[in-house]
Amino acid sequence: MAGPMKMRATLASGYTDVRVLMTHPMATEQQTKGQPHFIQNLEVKVNGKTVIEGQISQAVSRNPVFSFRLKGGAKGDKIEVSWLDNKGDTNKTETAVA
Amino acid sequence: MRRALACAAVLMVAPALAQQKNQFADYQRMTAEGSPVELFELGGEELWKKPQGPKNASLEKCDLGKGPGILKGAYAALPRYFKDAGRVMDLETRLLHCMMTLQGRSREEATKQLFGNADRPSEMEYLSAYVAGHSRGAKMAPGASHPKEKESYQLGKALFFHRAGSWDFSCASCHGEQDKRIRMSDLPVLSDPKFARPLIATWPAYRVSNSQFKTMQWRLNDCYRQMRMPEPNFASDSMVALNMFLATTAKGAEYRGPGTKR
Repeated sequence: MAGPMKMRATLASGYTDVRVLMTHPMATEQQTKGQPHFIQNLEVKVNGKTVIEGQISQAVSRNPVFSFRLKGGAKGDKIEVSWLDNKGDTNKTETAVA
Repeated sequence: MRRALACAAVLMVAPALAQQKNQFADYQRMTAEGSPVELFELGGEELWKKPQGPKNASLEKCDLGKGPGILKGAYAALPRYFKDAGRVMDLETRLLHCMMTLQGRSREEATKQLFGNADRPSEMEYLSAYVAGHSRGAKMAPGASHPKEKESYQLGKALFFHRAGSWDFSCASCHGEQDKRIRMSDLPVLSDPKFARPLIATWPAYRVSNSQFKTMQWRLNDCYRQMRMPEPNFASDSMVALNMFLATTAKGAEYRGPGTKR
């Protein structure tokens, strides 16, 4: 079961700053002797429309933090961030821009 | 000529020291920006509300000093004397007390895994993060009126300066002189409020190098290991007293934790 996620999205001078925390072991090939466990895909949606699709690797730390700056946006916009790891686990969180 | 050279050398050292200090501050700021402390607070909230033990009860009615279940500002007012237990307790000691009384768990079971690691975290770590998070902005004000609280402070102070073990170390051996450091960590003079305040106000904390949340009793326990002393007992009067001494020295500081460490 995937651990908690936490996200904040704030609007400031024409930009929406998104900061998201996720719980994940992000275990590398070397640490686990061939049983790596890491987030592979990251997706950011604004009001249901995909704005970022990211592919990340084992090189990202445990319990990663990501921040994005999106152009424009309005208070109340719905931001959704989801991830998918190499074992097929997934989790997502959403918040409204404040 | 020789004097001029000596002067030049002094002038060059001063900015280098200032620069080093700035590097520490930058490093602190950068690690804090990416800190996953809030995830531990969320995990702690879940544990706080989860029914456990033979009595199948949650910790929601645990009295941390402000009344049953009241979390706001509770951590900043610890350690303090608890009438129902007849002794001074710090956060972890009180949590253990609640686990034993409210949830009916045995001491052995509840202390089976006190200090976890990233792969096997401990309940105490999540719960400490959750409780301490409710004291952000509160002034540190540990108990100071009850005779047992005064006694605890005096014992803690004595322990801080007590040299023992194969290396003849005390806490003050590392934390007793200004401008000392280990790698990227300043070693604050913890018996001086000026240096204790900013530091104690950020514990318990997430440690970047272990990817793990660390509790105050872990901090003390690990200091004792580094001093080559016998392992102190968890939640013992002496560990509470040392915590009491540190918290009292930092009294009046605004709590800014749970923090992030190297």
